Amino acid sequence: MAEYKKPKNESEFNQNFAQKKPLMNDTEAYYESSRCLFCYDAPCMNACPTHIDIPLFIKQIHTDNVEGAAATIYDANWFGNACGKVCPTGMLCEGACVYNHQNVPPIDIGRLQNYATDKVIREKTKLFKEGESNGRKVAVVGAGPAGLACACELKTMGYEVDVYEAKSKPSGLTVHGVAPYKITNEEVLAEMDYLQEQLNYTIHYNHPVNADEINKMINKYDAIFLGVGLGATAKRGLPGEEKEGVVGAVEFIEELRMNHSDKSVGDKVVVIGGGNTAMDAASGSARLGASEVTLAYRNSKEKMGAYDFEYDLALHAGVKGLFNATPLEIIGNGSVSGVRFIRTKEENGKLTEVQGSEFTIACDQVIMATGQAKQTQLFQQIEGLKLDDKNRLVVNEAYQCTHPKFFAGGDAVNGGAEVVNAAYHGKIAAQGIDNWLNNK
Amino acid sequence: MADLSIDFAGIKAPNPFWLASAPPTNSGYQVMKAFDAGWGGAVWKTLGVPVVNVSSRYGAINYRDTRMAGFNNIELITDRPLADNLKEIEEVKKYFPDHAVIASLMVESKAEWEQIIKDVENAGADGIELNFGCPHGMCERGMGSAVGQEPEVLKTIVGWVMEAANIPVITKLSPNISHITDPGLAAVQGGTDAISLINTIKSIVGIDLDSYAPYPIVDGKGTNGGYCGPAVKPIAMHMLKDLAKHPEIGKVPISGIGGIETWRDVVEFILLGATSVQVCTAVMHYGFGIVREMEAGLQKFMNDKGYNTIYDFAGKALPNVTEWKHLNLKHKVVADINEEKCIGCELCYIACDDGAHQAIALPENGENRVPSIIEKNCVGCNLCSLVCPVEGCITMVKKDDGTEHMTWHERTEAGTIPTTFNDKLAGGLGHYVPEPKLALKNKNGHKNGS
Ligand SMILES: Cc1cc2nc3c(=O)[nH]c(=O)nc-3n(C[C@H](O)[C@H](O)[C@H](O)COP(=O)(O)OP(=O)(O)OC[C@H]3O[C@@H](n4cnc5c(N)ncnc54)[C@H](O)[C@@H]3O)c2cc1C
Ligand SMILES: Cc1cc2nc3c(=O)[nH]c(=O)nc-3n(C[C@H](O)[C@H](O)[C@H](O)COP(=O)(O)O)c2cc1C
Ligand code: SF4
Ligand code: SF4
Ligand code: SF4
Repeated sequence: MAEYKKPKNESEFNQNFAQKKPLMNDTEAYYESSRCLFCYDAPCMNACPTHIDIPLFIKQIHTDNVEGAAATIYDANWFGNACGKVCPTGMLCEGACVYNHQNVPPIDIGRLQNYATDKVIREKTKLFKEGESNGRKVAVVGAGPAGLACACELKTMGYEVDVYEAKSKPSGLTVHGVAPYKITNEEVLAEMDYLQEQLNYTIHYNHPVNADEINKMINKYDAIFLGVGLGATAKRGLPGEEKEGVVGAVEFIEELRMNHSDKSVGDKVVVIGGGNTAMDAASGSARLGASEVTLAYRNSKEKMGAYDFEYDLALHAGVKGLFNATPLEIIGNGSVSGVRFIRTKEENGKLTEVQGSEFTIACDQVIMATGQAKQTQLFQQIEGLKLDDKNRLVVNEAYQCTHPKFFAGGDAVNGGAEVVNAAYHGKIAAQGIDNWLNNK
Repeated sequence: MADLSIDFAGIKAPNPFWLASAPPTNSGYQVMKAFDAGWGGAVWKTLGVPVVNVSSRYGAINYRDTRMAGFNNIELITDRPLADNLKEIEEVKKYFPDHAVIASLMVESKAEWEQIIKDVENAGADGIELNFGCPHGMCERGMGSAVGQEPEVLKTIVGWVMEAANIPVITKLSPNISHITDPGLAAVQGGTDAISLINTIKSIVGIDLDSYAPYPIVDGKGTNGGYCGPAVKPIAMHMLKDLAKHPEIGKVPISGIGGIETWRDVVEFILLGATSVQVCTAVMHYGFGIVREMEAGLQKFMNDKGYNTIYDFAGKALPNVTEWKHLNLKHKVVADINEEKCIGCELCYIACDDGAHQAIALPENGENRVPSIIEKNCVGCNLCSLVCPVEGCITMVKKDDGTEHMTWHERTEAGTIPTTFNDKLAGGLGHYVPEPKLALKNKNGHKNGS
């Protein structure tokens, strides 16, 4: 393996994590946009969770109204630039493009979207206006896609908005979680600056709010939006999980995103899990220069939750897949030296362990990609909030919680999906807040 | 292999592919290169008293991903001294004795015509083409299209030329006129050996949205140009048809020009009566090499159809181009969608609903996006089959059994045509149209606009 050498500096890092969807140049955008058929009741648009008017913005790009195209995109989605790069477009808009039915490559919608929004961000084109003050105040907890989309939308309607964020940067997992080869930190943060410069919401960074503080907000604010996402990687109760060299995938990726080439990785890495986060962690390890990366999933390849294209990306980075193997124990004297697995097979639709099939894979790093914990504790301490059986916040179609002053969206509500879903929730919740306050 | 050679009013060429008089025939270098690449003839860039050209000379219409779908120029005739051109004509003829070199000419007085004709004959030109078409600049000086638009003047000048010339004469017509047969007939009456058309069409291809000047911009100003390229082909073919079908004009050979780029264009022009074709824009866009595609395609077409020379099929479409009043009103076609091929863009639906006859329905469940034709509403206009992006997906199916025939002409004779405003004989009487207010029923639920 060892397709990637350990990156020693930022430029080597950028090579190893080269962008999968590089920015289009003007000529490419011109020709690609010319292919769009301007479908009626366009299926791409219906497949976009934020319902961007895709045929319209593509036509606008083609007629050299790139600003207008960006306005069309932002009109539906406050994370228009990030989404163009990080959305799993093959599952969404591009997957629905009619060209697929003809075995012709679909329109490169994501990159066209990125092209249009990149231009206004780079040129600092003013597209948005704060609404005239309506004297109302809303608190937003969490500056992720859900929280900031809500903040932007509220500002256009004349609200005063205070955003509270535990970390020191905006955009939540967009900058801390998404794989670096999908979008750079600079790109994410440039869009965040672009929005804030025009809409002037306040973000209180390094300000994790606890339940007490949130409960106090009830009297201070007209409404509160919870966009806190999910928590840290959940502990799985695996013997040896506390050993040195064992990390959670989300934590690993966050360090990778923040520290780039300064982030170190083991030489032999085992990643446990079968979701998209596991793929990102495995790809990331390989690109950081690990000589051997094994992706271990307890069930078969077909049962894996990750998108096929994410698994392919990991394979291309040199990752080896290990299927039908479940970990029994992480071994090592203080620090990790290997993972003991047992084979599994499916019997009558149930996954069972194959007796006597234990084996060990030697490694010096284990990445647990076994899912993020919910923010259950926090929610349970807030007055009147109900959770469903999967510990997700219960909301109505306006994203209003069971306590009427609270609204919520994003991963906290859907249990973990994409940036685009969170951005949509935040926007619709803002409209819900406005409706509720107007009709109270 | 079919024999592509032609004898066009006495001008012989190894094939019918000629370069039109324009920048590709500016010099001996270019014409030699073109002959070497496979062109059978070249009409030299128009000769006369040399001009002075402006810088910034061309403009274009780009459509979607197609560059130069239409092309426009404000160039004049040659700006090189006559002697240089004559020397090069002579040299070309030395290397390519069997290729056609035709000298395009434009001068003012009778004496000038006589002089320049003698000069090009001496240089070895195989024929002469009279440029009565240039619609910019030259016409302001009483030449080019100024002549093409005045049949009487045109006839007089053709008369002078015929008296002086010993080699075949082609008169090149301007399309900037309402009846092309007027100058066409004048040319024939003046004694011309052949006709060529079209020259360019007066045009403005665009306005700069900052300086408000038309393209091509010359120091903040512009002028009308001459339009050519693929966009003008339909206009050229219509004029060609008018001339070829005319009982007098149709007797002389016609060289077809205007938007020709592929073998298909060539075949269509020949089917409408042209027996040589001339090309300018396509060469300015792609170079001389495009003749390879034209020749290969023409050869294949002729092989497939069993033609030995282009004269075997020249003019074969002419009997089928008739007047509207002779079309069969009993003919009936209806659109048919091939569900297997349909990709669900629903462009046919919106085109018919907004732009035609509300004869296409969307699927009830909305799941599968394949629309269906409401046969009783379909008037057979073809629109849906034209907008459909999938080749062969919507076809127009003949529904009449072919036994009935009734034309407008016949109905007029029989006295069965509508004559009053609310005549019961109106063709669309009782044809389905939705109630006007149904247009607003989806206003709130409209998916594309919400
Ligand atoms: C490894 C990984 C890769 C991913 N890759 C993609 C991808 O390629 N494409 C894609 O579309 N999606 C991807 N996602 C999913 C996507 O990032 C999330 O769905 C999205 O960011 C959710 O947005 P959110 O606003 O709900 O939550 P988050 O993005 O998690 O934002 C929540 C914010 O709230 C803050 N916060 C939490 N608690 C508090 C508190 N008590 N006080 C103050 N602030 C608080 C957090 O610090 C954070 O900034 C990925 C996720 C992960 C984990
Ligand atoms: C730049 C330019 C210059 C031209 N100059 C002449 C000319 O000098 N004499 C002439 O008869 N026609 C001239 N034409 C017209 C062309 O010969 C031809 O009739 C016309 O372009 C239509 O053919 P096309 O569609 O293949 O270009 C010129 C056309 C162009 C584009
Ligand atoms: S489905 Fe494809 S072709 Fe149709 S409008 Fe969307 S992007 Fe354009
Ligand atoms: S042929 Fe014309 S009327 Fe008939 S379905 Fe197509 S668009 Fe409608
Ligand atoms: S235009 Fe053609 S491909 Fe598109 S929906 Fe109609 S039949 Fe199908």
